[in-house]
Amino acid sequence: MDRIPILKFGDCLLITIQVDMHDQLALTLQEDLTAQIAKHASRGVLIDISSLEIVDSFIGRMLANIAAMSRILDAQTVLTGMQPAVAITLVELGMSLPGIKTALNVERGMDLLQEFIYREPESEDLHGSEG
Amino acid sequence: MALKAETHPIATSNDVVRVRQIVRAATIQLKFSLVEQTKFVTATSELARNTLEHGGGGWMTLEMVKNGLREGIKLTFRDNGPGIADIELALSEGYTSAGGMGLGLSGSKRLVNEFEITSELGQGTTVIVTRWK
Repeated sequence: MDRIPILKFGDCLLITIQVDMHDQLALTLQEDLTAQIAKHASRGVLIDISSLEIVDSFIGRMLANIAAMSRILDAQTVLTGMQPAVAITLVELGMSLPGIKTALNVERGMDLLQEFIYREPESEDLHGSEG
Repeated sequence: MALKAETHPIATSNDVVRVRQIVRAATIQLKFSLVEQTKFVTATSELARNTLEHGGGGWMTLEMVKNGLREGIKLTFRDNGPGIADIELALSEGYTSAGGMGLGLSGSKRLVNEFEITSELGQGTTVIVTRWK
């Protein structure tokens, strides 16, 4: 059966979606990814979609689900590399992917993940008590 | 005026991928811009999935059409499924019967130039969309 490979990179998991996904492949990815997050205790998930030529409501929903599932499993998700034409179409379709962090490319996406994972949790509280 | 017409079955989720690729090739042939291509292929994907999931499978007919000097692509999605009881409701934003986000019909309507839907209970549903170059 077809599978989208999931690579482990330190605390993070890396996924590059390069094929025109049929629905079952998208569902398999959800299951594989949540299993991998639990297995490796991963803190971050980076999904690169720079090769995807379309994101329809099904794939958009799958991406939103992955982000929600990962969050519940204590991992942050960043979506990288969306093509401009795909972004235009998604918004017109009525899907603005609220709740998903995005970055223009993999490099910035990794920076963003590291920031979220290693951010000092008390720093915000300190600011709050000072102000 | 239809220049050419071809019909493809939509019976599995692989067929949804296949009709997307067929429509993509047609948009490239008509030299649609990348954004126009992406919008029309995305609409195709939404409508083909509707045909598969709500209609229990069906067919897509692709026609290259011409209106004066304008060229375009007309797609007809047809199924023999249960039909839609209330088309107005099905077209409203956020309406969903399959547990999705309810963007399929209303969203794809925004991605095309012409949109027409007819449905009869127990007979099936037909959606016709056109995008002009």
